Amino acid sequence: MMLENEALAFGETEGDFSAVDKARVVEALGKVLPPGTLMYDAEDLRPYECDGLAAYRALPLVVALPTTEEQVVAVLRICHELGVPVVARGAGTGLSGGALPHTRGVLLSLARFNRILKLDPLARTAVAQPGVRNLAISEAAAPYGLYYAPDPSSQIACSIGGNVSENAGGVHCLKYGLTVHNLLRVRGVTIEGEIVEIGSGALDSPGYDLLALVTGSEGMLVVLTEVTVKLVPKPQLAQCVLAAFDDVVRAGEAVAKIIAAGIIPAGLEMMDQPATAAVEEFVRAGYPLDAKAILLCESDGTPEEVAEEIARVRAVLEESGATEIRVSRDEAERLRFWAGRKAAFPAAGRISPDYYCMDGTIPRKRLGEMLTAIQDMEGKYGLRCMNVFHAGDGNLHPLILFDANQPDELERAEEFGAEILELSVALGGTITGEHGVGLEKINQMCAQFTTAEVRQFFRVKAAFDPPGLLNPGKAIPTLNRCAEYGRMRVSKGHVPYPDIPRF
Amino acid sequence: MTTIEKEWAERVRAAAAARTPLCLRGGGSKGFYGGPLAGEPFELCANRGVVAHEPTELVVTVRGGTPLAELEELLAEKGQYLAFEPPHFGPGATVGGCVASGLSGPRRANAGALRDFMLGIKLLDGRGEVLRFGGQVMKNVAGYDLSRLVAGSLGTLGILLEVSLKVLPRPVAEATLRFELDEASALRRVNELGGQPLPVSATLWQDGVLHLRLSGAEAAVQAAGARLGGEALAPAAAQALWTAVREQTLPGFAVEEGGVLWRLSLPSTAPALGLPGRQLVEWGGAQRWLAGAVEAQAVRARATELGGHAVAFRGGDRAAGVFQPLAAPLAVVHRRLKQAFDPAGIFNPGRLYPEF
Repeated sequence: MMLENEALAFGETEGDFSAVDKARVVEALGKVLPPGTLMYDAEDLRPYECDGLAAYRALPLVVALPTTEEQVVAVLRICHELGVPVVARGAGTGLSGGALPHTRGVLLSLARFNRILKLDPLARTAVAQPGVRNLAISEAAAPYGLYYAPDPSSQIACSIGGNVSENAGGVHCLKYGLTVHNLLRVRGVTIEGEIVEIGSGALDSPGYDLLALVTGSEGMLVVLTEVTVKLVPKPQLAQCVLAAFDDVVRAGEAVAKIIAAGIIPAGLEMMDQPATAAVEEFVRAGYPLDAKAILLCESDGTPEEVAEEIARVRAVLEESGATEIRVSRDEAERLRFWAGRKAAFPAAGRISPDYYCMDGTIPRKRLGEMLTAIQDMEGKYGLRCMNVFHAGDGNLHPLILFDANQPDELERAEEFGAEILELSVALGGTITGEHGVGLEKINQMCAQFTTAEVRQFFRVKAAFDPPGLLNPGKAIPTLNRCAEYGRMRVSKGHVPYPDIPRF
Repeated sequence: MTTIEKEWAERVRAAAAARTPLCLRGGGSKGFYGGPLAGEPFELCANRGVVAHEPTELVVTVRGGTPLAELEELLAEKGQYLAFEPPHFGPGATVGGCVASGLSGPRRANAGALRDFMLGIKLLDGRGEVLRFGGQVMKNVAGYDLSRLVAGSLGTLGILLEVSLKVLPRPVAEATLRFELDEASALRRVNELGGQPLPVSATLWQDGVLHLRLSGAEAAVQAAGARLGGEALAPAAAQALWTAVREQTLPGFAVEEGGVLWRLSLPSTAPALGLPGRQLVEWGGAQRWLAGAVEAQAVRARATELGGHAVAFRGGDRAAGVFQPLAAPLAVVHRRLKQAFDPAGIFNPGRLYPEF
């Protein structure tokens, strides 16, 4: 609830939901949801216990599977009235535990909101329900020569609602932008059960830019029921250059040189040797296995434009000391080049029982430092790491390989990951480029933001969700949590957050 | 904190304690825009200078009071530019004012708006606290996106001490084509072109003439020009035209005594307005300017009917409200957000909405 006293502003401590009464919640929701759309037996709840971050699991109190917006409104009104936490979930492919259920809350699945409501080829827009898969939008737009640009690697499964909630990126976002750049409007429901329309078919709206605020807000502000996206014309041609390097740092420098030459490639990706070896065994993309790093650089546009750009890219790569350069000769070869990159996560899963994917973003020029540090950390934690990067925008995905069945390997993997993220901040970057904070990176938020900034985030949440019921405990750490985390990691001899009450 | 930041933080705290409204002012080039100016003038130009520019990182960080022209000159030296082509509306325009007004130029429909290039901010809020949100990297989803929220907030959420913007390489080639087309045909044409992989970077329709600008690789601009036909403008004339559109010095933007220049932001496929007054159509049909003495109610009603909104951009009764009123639940969120950043309500009261 809104507190009068500024000193006791939001975000000091976690909400206490221990008084939530399951029987009462089931009874109230049963009155507004049709049969078969409310589940509360443990065996029915099990499939929802985690999202793409399987190391974190929890059973919700109940799972609600509404099919209409009216039902969403009714569910949220009940939760508001009874003070019950609500965690919205799309396809559950998120990698940061953002859709991890609350043990005293409702898991609100939007899986049944799976229709594309409208596709307007002349205006180049599509209106989709939040449960529609990312790729399904591009497939529906394909007959008109259009597509939806953001393409996270999970695009075959991830939902557009989840993409909005995480501000998902993909391998083409250097040129085509993130979700926030390709969105026109969302419709959603607040915890108070009010329907809000944010954005429109126009390019901007009056007032504050709430569309940007809601994008990437991790289900903390509003529950989405509709999303309007922009569609863009499919380029006439795309071609991909594969370049091999005998040194990782030199490959990183080549990335900077491409940008410095005034080229914005459609995609610019890098993989280190352990990563290429793992995927090569899996998908046979034809990657050179002796290279310390490979770069994939894609050019798209008109045939004239692509030819011009590829020639420029080739010149830069040669000058940067590439040991081998291949240009895709046809669409099949281009897709083969990408198949390896897009299979990096499953390939990690194939060579290791478990893996932990990091998502820090750093200024490109610090890439060499980061890679050297990660190598040292491999020794320190006794775990292997393979690296794939959205090199064009400095977004790293180190995949830490571990075996959860071995004693303390998960803990070591988590500490390894935490150290990478904190180094990302120290190098002038951020702990998460596109996967979101969720629960996974919540402690590292304390390293990136000050007490005053964290407080401000809580105030912003309260502007939409005064009682703090939407996805509580995620995305933004309470100050108590930061104090506790800081106590464990006292840095430079002083304790961060000294001014707030401890547990 | 710098000396200026410390001094300003103290001044803000004192103003908040005394509930003294502050009228934030950069170069004063956009004082005509938004609700009436009110409060004690707070000059922001002293906080100027480039903090960092790394051409290969595609990022520039500058202090809010830095002249926009100075930033553009620095970028041009490195072959880069602000792709949202911000209007200056006066020689003194600052980067802080540019971000606070949130305005974008002719390239907006194709390259993106100012908010799309926002990477991070350093903000002095209404409690006198210096807060940093976002950063200097392209992708960043840690915390809510408050840098984009501040873009276009007209100084109502705080003082922009620093902003980090994404910059892009300047296109190698440009060409502008001229076609004689009536309004309905021009609207259809620009929307059809938008669905094709062509390097269109700006459109303008006025008085039966459509201008199309192409930008990109030499080969792409040439090939598209050959395919589209039309009459090519001489490079100097083309540059003058788009600058005049951006800065609204084209005669079509002029408003007579007592008239209003309306900006209608609409779905690009919205049909002709059918309202009296002079019209210019930009952004592939998504931005329409209407100059004349049209009844405010009629303009707003028509904008709503067409699925967009209307802004009384220049002239008219500013106290009556410049921007389209918000739906009730969104108005509540706006008031709470204002309260979150500026609890005493001291920053630019009434500049965005009369209520706050």
